[in-house]
Amino acid sequence: MRKLTDSRPKDSASVLASGRAVAHESARKHVAGAARYIDDLPVPVDLVYVATGQSSQAHARIKRLDLSRVKAASGVLDVVVQADIPGKIDVAPVYGGDPLLAGDLVEYVGQPIFAVAATSQEAALRAVALADVEYEPLAAQLTVEQSIAADSYVLPEHHLMMGDPDGELMHSPHRVEGEIYVRGQEHFYLEGQIGQASLTEDGGIHVISSTQHPSEIQKLVAEVLALPFHHVVAEVRRMGGGFGGKESQAGPLACLCALFAHRLRRPVRYRMPRRDDMVQTGKRHDFLNRWQVGFDDDGRIRAAKMVLAGKCGYSPDLSEGIVDRAMFHADNAYYLNSASILGLRCKTHTVSNTAFRGFGGPQGMMAVEAIVEDIARALGKDPLDVRKANLYQPGRNETPYGQAIEQHILSDLMERLEDSSNYRARRTAITEFNRSHVCLKKGLALTPVKFGISFTAKHLNQAGALLQIYTDGTLLINHGGTEMGQGLYTKVQQIVAGAFGLSVERVQVSSTRTDKVPNTSPTAASSGTDLNGMAAQDACDRIKADLLAFAESHYQVSPTAVRFDNNRVYLDKDSMAFEDFIKEAYLNRVPLFSTGYYRTPKIHYDRTTAKGQPFLYFANGAAVSEVTLDTDTGEYKVGRVDILHDVGQSINPAIDIGQIEGGFIQGMGWLTTEELLWDDAGRVISNSPANYKIPTAFDTPETFNVALYDRPNNEETVYHSKAVGEPPLMLAISVWAALRDACASTTDYRFSPRLDTPATPERVYWALRACEAFNRSNEQAGEVSE
Amino acid sequence: MRLVVNKVSVETGPQAPEMTLLRFLREQRRLTGTKEGCASGDCGACTVMVVEQGPDGPISRTVNSCICPLGSVAGQEVVTVEGLASDGELHPVQEAMVNCHGSQCGFCTPGFVMSLASLHSEQAALLEADDGERRHRILDAISGNLCRCTGYRPIVEAGFQALKKPAQLANIVQEQGEGAPFASNETASEAGNGYYRPATEEALQQCLRDQPTARLIAGGTDLMLEATQLYRTFDVLIDLNAIGSLKQVSVTSEHIAVGAAVTYTELERTLGARCSELMQMLNRLGSRQIRNRGTVGGNIGNASPIADMPPYLLVLEAELIIRNSRGKERRERLIDFYRGYKQTTLGAGEYLAEVVFDRAAFEEPLKLIKLSKRYEDDISAVMGAFRWRADGSLAIAYGGMAATPKRALETEALLNRSIWQREGELDQVVLDLACEQLAREFTPMTDVRASADYRMAMAGTLLRKACRALVAERVGKATEPGVFSHA
Repeated sequence: MRKLTDSRPKDSASVLASGRAVAHESARKHVAGAARYIDDLPVPVDLVYVATGQSSQAHARIKRLDLSRVKAASGVLDVVVQADIPGKIDVAPVYGGDPLLAGDLVEYVGQPIFAVAATSQEAALRAVALADVEYEPLAAQLTVEQSIAADSYVLPEHHLMMGDPDGELMHSPHRVEGEIYVRGQEHFYLEGQIGQASLTEDGGIHVISSTQHPSEIQKLVAEVLALPFHHVVAEVRRMGGGFGGKESQAGPLACLCALFAHRLRRPVRYRMPRRDDMVQTGKRHDFLNRWQVGFDDDGRIRAAKMVLAGKCGYSPDLSEGIVDRAMFHADNAYYLNSASILGLRCKTHTVSNTAFRGFGGPQGMMAVEAIVEDIARALGKDPLDVRKANLYQPGRNETPYGQAIEQHILSDLMERLEDSSNYRARRTAITEFNRSHVCLKKGLALTPVKFGISFTAKHLNQAGALLQIYTDGTLLINHGGTEMGQGLYTKVQQIVAGAFGLSVERVQVSSTRTDKVPNTSPTAASSGTDLNGMAAQDACDRIKADLLAFAESHYQVSPTAVRFDNNRVYLDKDSMAFEDFIKEAYLNRVPLFSTGYYRTPKIHYDRTTAKGQPFLYFANGAAVSEVTLDTDTGEYKVGRVDILHDVGQSINPAIDIGQIEGGFIQGMGWLTTEELLWDDAGRVISNSPANYKIPTAFDTPETFNVALYDRPNNEETVYHSKAVGEPPLMLAISVWAALRDACASTTDYRFSPRLDTPATPERVYWALRACEAFNRSNEQAGEVSE
Repeated sequence: MRLVVNKVSVETGPQAPEMTLLRFLREQRRLTGTKEGCASGDCGACTVMVVEQGPDGPISRTVNSCICPLGSVAGQEVVTVEGLASDGELHPVQEAMVNCHGSQCGFCTPGFVMSLASLHSEQAALLEADDGERRHRILDAISGNLCRCTGYRPIVEAGFQALKKPAQLANIVQEQGEGAPFASNETASEAGNGYYRPATEEALQQCLRDQPTARLIAGGTDLMLEATQLYRTFDVLIDLNAIGSLKQVSVTSEHIAVGAAVTYTELERTLGARCSELMQMLNRLGSRQIRNRGTVGGNIGNASPIADMPPYLLVLEAELIIRNSRGKERRERLIDFYRGYKQTTLGAGEYLAEVVFDRAAFEEPLKLIKLSKRYEDDISAVMGAFRWRADGSLAIAYGGMAATPKRALETEALLNRSIWQREGELDQVVLDLACEQLAREFTPMTDVRASADYRMAMAGTLLRKACRALVAERVGKATEPGVFSHA
C-alpha cells in the first residue's frame, strides 16, 4: 500500500457493544432473501450433481451388485463403489465404523452402497433407482431391548458410582422403581445436508459444506482422497440450521463431492433431498431408562440406581460422549446422596444416531424428572416441593461424577419463577377446575434444568481466532466457530467491536475457513461463544497491547490513559478517530493483525475412576408450563409457559431469548408431536414432514413469558456470560410433566401414569386409561378392605 | 408461455410439464431467495405470492412454489422475496422481522416473509380487527411455514407489528394498463410443451380426446409429489384451473353444487361462512398455502382414506357429476364412487365435474371432529363426520378407519332403530351398543399416524362426543368447551 485511503467507515448511532440486543448480523439479508446458502451459489456451467444408491435391507450381505443400468442412464457421468475410494474408506468421527460407501455388508436401511454423479440432480436421483442389488438377509437387531438381550453394544458400558446405593436403597423408608422410553428426534434443519467441492490447481480440494465442524470436513476429505491436509480447504458461511445434525453428518456429502471432483475434474454439488436426509442421517438417540430409587419421608432421594440405554444405531459415531452426557445429567439438578448410573450403548441395525442439541443430556434428565414426580405422588406432595427438596445446595453438592456444584442458583431462581408465574395460586385454581370438569383437565409443572458446559472430550475445549484491522479503521474477524442461526457471528462481532469501542458495523465476521484458523473444534456443546468469543477477545487484547505500546511511545501517554470508545481513541485529554489512530499505527509499523487462542481451564475427567470435573460451570433455568387436555381423546394444548433462565451476563439479550424460546419449542416438539417410527423391517416410516410433525406457530403458547436471570457467571468466561444453545431445550420437560400432572389429576393425584415420549395425544390417551385402571383397582381394593 | 416475476414480464420458452415454479425461479431466473426445504408442500420455505387482478384491485394468495407447476401460473404475476423491497426500503413485514429478531438461521425466513406479506396486503380490512382476530389471521397465514429455530413467538410479533403499517401490494406488482399482464385467457398449451390449460369444458373434452394418456391437474398438491418425490415425468398435464364452470359454488334453495376445481380457500369463503363446523375443519385442512391450491375435486378423486372432505360429503349423501371426453354425463352417489384403497369408478376419459348435495342436508346439525398428532396442518389419524337429520336419524362417516373414507351404515342402522336420545339425555346403553357395532364394522390399521387400537377407540369416542354436542346444542345446554376452542 503506497497511499492510505481517505474513506471513512459509516457508523450507525448505535455504538457498540456487548449487552445490547443487536440484530443478527445477517437479519436484513435473511428477510430480503439475500443471505446465500450453498444451494444458492452461482452454478458453474459444468457443475455435477450427486445421489446415492441405498440399502433396502437393515442387515444383509450384498451378494451381487449390478450397476450397468445405472451407468447407462441418461445424464450419468460416473458411478463409484467402495473400491473406488483412493484413500481411507471410514469417515467416522471418533471410533470408526462408518464406511463412506458400504462394502459387501449393509447395516441399515438407507445405507449408501454406491454414488452417482450426473448432469442434473434429477438425472442422478433417477439413475440410482436402476441398480440391481441381490442381498442375503441377516438377522437384524432393531430395538434397544433386542440389543440388551443380545448383549450387543457399539462401545463398552460406563458406570458412575457414588456412595453405597445398594445399602442406602435397602435402608430407605420408601422405594419406587420404573422405566421410561424416550424416543429420539429428527433434526429437521430447514436447510438439508449439502456440500460442494471443486478442484484446486494443486490437485487439492476446496469444499464448501453445511457443517458445524469444518476441520473435520477438511480431515475426512483429505483422508478419503489421500491428500495432505494443507491441500484441502473447508469453508462454511452459514447453515440453515444445525442442531447437532451437521456435527458429523455433513462429512459423507463433502467426501463424495470431493471424490467426484477429483475423478471428473469438475465442480460437484450434493444436496440431499429431504426424504434421503430423514432416512440416511443420524438422529437424536432413543433411550430406555430404568431405575430403582430410595427416598425419605420428605421426598429426599437417598439412593438412585439407574440404567440408561441409548439406541446408537449401527456404529459408534458420537455415542460415547452422548451416553456419557446422558449419565452426567441423570441427576439433573438434584443431589442423589448415593448413586449407581450405568450407561449402555446399544447396537441396532438402524442409522447411526448422532449429536442433537443437548447431546444425551435431555434423555438422561427425563429419568430423574420422572422419579421426582413418582416420589411426589407416593407421598401426596406437590412435585414442585419434592423438586425443591432435592436441589443441590451447600453441603449436598457432590455429583455422581465427583464434581462439586459451586454456584447455587436454582433455589433462588425457582423461588422467583414460582412467584412471578403465580404457581401456588394457579395450582389451587387448577385443582378446583379439575374437580368441576369432567372431560377437560389441566396440568401444571415447574421443572428445573442444570446443564454442564464444556465438551466432555477435553481436547475439544480450545479455539482460535484471527483478527485483522485495515487502515480504513474496519476490522475483519475470523474464528473457528460456525454460524447456524444461533447468533455466534453476531456475538463475536459485538465482542470485537466492544474491545475497541466501535460500532458493530465496523466489524465484519468472515466465513469460517480452515485456511484461516486451523484445527478447530465443532461448533457444538453450546460452547461456540465461550470458546470462540474468548479467542477473539484474546486476539483483540494482543493487538491492543501493541497499540497501547505504540500510543505510549508515539503520543507519550500512559497506557492507562488510553481509552477506545465511540469509534474514537482517547489519549489522555486528546482524542482522534479510530481510523486515524490506526493509520498512524500502520505508518509506524505496528502489526494490525493477530491470532487469538483460548483453552478452557480447570476441566478434567478420568474414565477409569469415573470421577473428575468435566464441566467448567453449569447453566441453569426453570420453566412452568400449563396444559389443558381432553380426557376423551388425549388431545391437549399448552396454554401458558413462563421461563426464567440463567445466561450469566448476557452479551445479547435478544439472541439469548431467541435461543431460549426456540430451544423450548424444539424440546416441546421432541416430547409431544415429533414421533420417530420404524417398521418391522427397519425402515424409517416417519420419513417426511407429512408424517413427522414439528411444532407450528399454533403450538407456541399464546402466553409465553421469558426472562433472563440476571447474575454474572462466577467463572472467567467472556463478559461472564453463559452458554445458551442447548440448556433451554430441556425446559420443555415442564410440558411433559404438566401433561403427566393433568393425567394424575384423574386419580386425585395419587398415581402418576407412565408416559413415554413423545407424549402424543394417543400416548396421553393410554396414560389416562392407566389412570382409570388405577382408580378401578383402588376401588376394588377399598371394597375388599371394607 | 409468459408470466410476470417481480414486475418483469418473462417469456419462459419450452418447459417440461412437471417443471415447478420453484425450480424455474431458482434455476432459470436465479432468484435463490425462495428456498426448497422439503419439495412436498409441507414446510413453506418456498412460499411465493401469486397476484391476480380482482374487481377491486390486485389480490394476492400464497402458494408452495415447490409443488406448483410452472404452467399453472401462465399469464399470472408472481412476487418473490426479492420483489418486496422497493427503492431499497424494506417491506413493512421485512422491517418488522428484523426489529423483532424473527430470523435466526434465515432459511425459512423468505417463506414467512411472503406469507405475512400476503396477509399484509389485506391490512386495510384488518384495521378494525381486535388482537384475537389479528392473531388468528397471522397464525392462519403462517400455518404452512415451519421454523426450527425461533419458536415462532418473534415471527408472530412481527406480524402484529407489520400490520400497523399500510399495505404495499400496489408497489410490488406491475402497474396496470400498458404492458400489464397479458390477457388472462392465455393458455400454456400454445407453448406446445405438454401442459394444457383449457378454458372451457368443451376444450377440456377435446384435450382428453386428443391426449388419452393425459393426467388431470388442479391444485397439484398431491400429483406433483410424483415429480418432486419420485422424480417422475409427465407426458401431458391438463390443468383445470381456467375452466370457469368447474370453479363455481352454486347455492339454490334446493341444492348446493361445488365445482371440482374449487379450492379450499374458496370453499371457506363460500360455504364455510355458512357452516362453522365446516369452517373449523377447513381451517385445519392442510395449510393456507395448500388451501389456496388444493381442490375439492382433488380431495375426492384421490380416494385417499385420510382425506378430510369425503367423510363430510358422505354424511351429506353427496352425489358426483362425472363427465367424459365425449361430453356424456353420469351421476353417482359418493358412497358408490370408492372401490378400494385409492380406487374409484372413474373410467378412462372421465373427469369429476361437480359434487352436489341437498341444501337442507347442508343446513342440518353437524359435527366434524378431526384427530391428529399435531393440531394444525397434519393429516387425520381419525376424522369423524356426524349429521343429525331432520327425521332424527344420524349419518356417520369416518376417515382413517378403512381403506377408503367410509359410512358407518350398520352402526347408523343400529342407532336409528333405537332411541339414542330423549329430550337431551343420551341413552348410554344404546351408545355402548353402537360402539360395539363400530368395532364390528371397521378394522382400522396401525401406521405412522396412530395405532389400530387408538383409532378404534376414537371412532366410538368421536361418536359419543358428537352425540353429546348435537343434543346439547338442540336443547341449549352448555357443554365443556374443547381444548382448542377460543375462550
